[in-house]
Amino acid sequence: MRYIPHTPTEVREMLETLGIKSIDELFDDIPEAARLHRELNLPPALSEMELSQHLSRLAGEDANANEVPSFLGGGYYDRYVPAAVGSLASRGEFVTSYTPYQAELSQGTLAAIFEFQSMIQSLTGTFAAQASMYDGASAVGEAALLALAQGRSRRRIVALRGVHPDSRQVVQTYLTARGAELVVVDTLAELEQALGPDVAGVIVQYPDMLGALTVAEPAIELAHRAGALAIVAADPVALALLKPPGEMGADIVVGEGQPLGNHLSYGGPTFGYFAVQEPLVRKIPGRLVGVAKDAEGRRGFVLTLQAREQHIRREKATSNICSNHSLNALMATIYMSLVGSEGLREVALRSVQMAHYLAERLKGIGIRPMTDDPFLYEFAVRVPGDVDSLNQHLLSQGILGGYALGRWEPEWKGLWQLAVTERRTKEDCDRLVEEVAQWMSR
Amino acid sequence: MQFPENLKYTSDHEWIGPDGRIGVTEYAQDALGDVVFVELPEVGAEVQSGDAVGVIESVKSVSDLYSPASGRVARVNDQLKEKPELINQDPYGEGWIFELEDAVPGDVMSSADYQKQVEGD
Amino acid sequence: MDVPVIFERSRPGRRGVRFDAHHDVPDVRLEDVLPSHLIRSTPLGLPEVAENDVVRHYTELSTLNYGVDTGFYPLGSCTMKYNPKINDWAASLPGFADVHPLQPDSTVQGLLKVLHALEEGLKEISGMDAVSLQPAAGAHGELTGILMIKAYLKDRGENRTTILVPDSAHGTNPATAAMAGFQVKVVPSNDRGGVDVAALRSLVDANTAGLMLTNPNTLGLFEEDIVEIADIVHQAGGLLYYDGANANAIMGRVRPGDMGFDVVHLNLHKTFSTPHGGGGPGSGPVGVKKALEPYLPYPRLMSGDDGLHWDYNRGKSIGKVRSFFGNVGVLVRAYAYLRSHGAEGLKAVSETAVLNANYLRQQLSDAYHTPYQRTVKHEFVLSLTPQKNRGARALDVAKRIIDYGFYPPTVYFPLVVEEALMVEPTETESKETLDRFVEAMQAINREIDESPELLHEAPHQTVVRRFDEATAARHPILTWTQLQQEG
Repeated sequence: MRYIPHTPTEVREMLETLGIKSIDELFDDIPEAARLHRELNLPPALSEMELSQHLSRLAGEDANANEVPSFLGGGYYDRYVPAAVGSLASRGEFVTSYTPYQAELSQGTLAAIFEFQSMIQSLTGTFAAQASMYDGASAVGEAALLALAQGRSRRRIVALRGVHPDSRQVVQTYLTARGAELVVVDTLAELEQALGPDVAGVIVQYPDMLGALTVAEPAIELAHRAGALAIVAADPVALALLKPPGEMGADIVVGEGQPLGNHLSYGGPTFGYFAVQEPLVRKIPGRLVGVAKDAEGRRGFVLTLQAREQHIRREKATSNICSNHSLNALMATIYMSLVGSEGLREVALRSVQMAHYLAERLKGIGIRPMTDDPFLYEFAVRVPGDVDSLNQHLLSQGILGGYALGRWEPEWKGLWQLAVTERRTKEDCDRLVEEVAQWMSR
Repeated sequence: MQFPENLKYTSDHEWIGPDGRIGVTEYAQDALGDVVFVELPEVGAEVQSGDAVGVIESVKSVSDLYSPASGRVARVNDQLKEKPELINQDPYGEGWIFELEDAVPGDVMSSADYQKQVEGD
Repeated sequence: MDVPVIFERSRPGRRGVRFDAHHDVPDVRLEDVLPSHLIRSTPLGLPEVAENDVVRHYTELSTLNYGVDTGFYPLGSCTMKYNPKINDWAASLPGFADVHPLQPDSTVQGLLKVLHALEEGLKEISGMDAVSLQPAAGAHGELTGILMIKAYLKDRGENRTTILVPDSAHGTNPATAAMAGFQVKVVPSNDRGGVDVAALRSLVDANTAGLMLTNPNTLGLFEEDIVEIADIVHQAGGLLYYDGANANAIMGRVRPGDMGFDVVHLNLHKTFSTPHGGGGPGSGPVGVKKALEPYLPYPRLMSGDDGLHWDYNRGKSIGKVRSFFGNVGVLVRAYAYLRSHGAEGLKAVSETAVLNANYLRQQLSDAYHTPYQRTVKHEFVLSLTPQKNRGARALDVAKRIIDYGFYPPTVYFPLVVEEALMVEPTETESKETLDRFVEAMQAINREIDESPELLHEAPHQTVVRRFDEATAARHPILTWTQLQQEG
């Protein structure tokens, strides 16, 4: 068997030690009625070589972002992952270790999480961040639950429609379980109307799904005026250029971390980040690493404030989360170290530069951004005709076009979301524009 | 272990003094271990005896703080915010937690009865 | 030596990886694009280091960690088995790693075939009728499962409010039930370490929505009365939830679906050998019986004329529990594991895991108290109360084990055993590793009487010793900014 070291002799010796004749006897306590009286019906085992050929073939069927230029975004971006990220994060001591409960044997993971928390805190302009969440959407969901727990009798959460539909959907799932309600509003005016003494939190995305940047700050103000917590979901790379939500007064800042040194991986595993202002520190869901001194006065790191967590608080815990996406957060930490403050700005600016070039070129063929509002590297345009048909045409020409936003929201029908990362070239954009023009002329 | 006779005790290991002052017993602080954080009730809150009014966290455990009496919260021990370890060091003195005005004790027992309960545990 | 952090290597102006502006398109000034009040003015605060600094720093940090690749990791309930390298390689293939979740289904057929085959495999192994790969972790799978139970009952017009959880359960079980809006009732264990059936009978009523059970349970014991337990819960109108944390013990021998469970989650990072990554990512797919299929999270993977596609039109679904489809990189690894084994291989995995656990327990039983005199499955619990009475707590023994070069077993869990030490050897450890561990444990047991300070001050060989966790929790320092200000 592939990964079992025992020789038949050793198995025999072990059975003798146990005073039994066969392994079957170790399963005697399973009631007859429940036992499986046949072999599992699974495909036959493959050798490692066969397996690698089989998987290579399957992977080869997919259009990957290295071969097909992609303009897809929506929280997940085709960004460059420097070689050192993979090489360091794939070290076995990081990859094959458990949650760092035994601090003495886990200083590598713990120190890296401390660095991660520090970097996220600083990016978001908050007081502290925790060790990471499953993804951006579940981080938004946990933020809503935290607002609900803080709001005591307040039973509603209001989200702007510009928040990622998956995030809103997760909030909906979590809130339904708690018997609380999610209200979705389109504008600040609608937000103001929806706010009241029963609202525990307001969720806004920055930049939002249509690329808008100007909604977050006034939404935070409105939330606070109504006594609700302000939750901002932010793209971490955009924060290299934008005023951080923490400085705008956001109480909780969360987001999808994939753009920081993580591969797309068809949506997972990536990680979510979760940062708060000081009054909420002892309420953060999930893991938290803090500084500690050891018996000889040396500085090290431990999991701290554990009494918040499910393994201690059980049914009274705010969240049931008992893991983080440590390895993905490590990749982000290594990435942020490699690029530094300047490099992250360069990544964002290079994307902005090409996105604005593309927007100008599209204007040239009569396709304009939805609004004249400022945007960074992602924007929505209205397409003359069926967006899916446009994307099909582009795919036939070897381009992964933008996303048909109408697939998510009926309100967004006819809108095409385009994301331009630092990896897109002038040639990619020119080809895109030419093919769009081609499609329009058909 | 000391259980001063001028105090009354609850089966949840809280004590209440004749002046309405409330804390946890020496037995409780020992069972909890190093206390790291105390969530205090709000001054002015009306509480009923048996209400969970706060939380005491130690490194590896957490327990609710139940009010041994009904009344209005007159004062809380703000010192615990900076020095929660006072609960370990001096549970009946500087480690007091909050004080009730017009306290009407609920189900409380004498020092001797409490001692019996603790020893029976 | 203090444990280093990358910020300490930072020097103003030092650079690592750079990204130049494009030279073939017009330059953009931020001031032209953004209103001034939205432009960031505070520093980003990331370290300023060279690539070599980064490589040296994280290489050093990695050496301060202990993984399965380092040595024996008998951490009970965590299934720290060997993580095959071919699986990591597979997940990194560009066709799996560099595909965007919003790509048209037609452009990811290879990956969808992998996911579909994994769903089919998990259905067969668990004895369930339908599977969703969406949940990101075991606890996430639990939440998904309990929400489905809630939705199913609600659809039948039943407003049941209680979830039953044994006292030996993982902390996530009660936390999950509470998160899903249920009240939790705790079912006591009997003196054989299983669910107390009489107590269960008296606890179920018209409010019982379900029972969450790990089988084998956290003591490593198979619930002998499972058929009766399932009957009791079903007859009361509740459903049975299988926490798959310990499924590594039973593959090919018995299936949750055949034991009477209605909903399961499986921990791919345990049973299916995907690496734990220092705390994640894991993956917690859920499986259900036919009646609950409509409630699975959307989208569902469906097979049609054009190959595989995602179906979003699922009226009764509980919704989404995360973005997109699941931890795909983990799922690819699990699929690779499944295909390396086949039916015979997986059965051998479970059999060997159980053999190793029973062998190790037998060899340790002279020096240590084994509270339940029964055959165990993949793990077992020792009670170190006798050692405590001789002056060494379970924690001291655990820390001393570190000095012998092993990762310590789980301590103080499950809560139903005093001074618990919970050992799970897994099937990938050889007999000589197990024998070395036995020798170490016996030596430690002698040290308790001969030189107790060795235990109280352990570990001795590590880069850091025991920490003052109380001070760390009283005055938490959580970021570099704070450390500079207060440290």
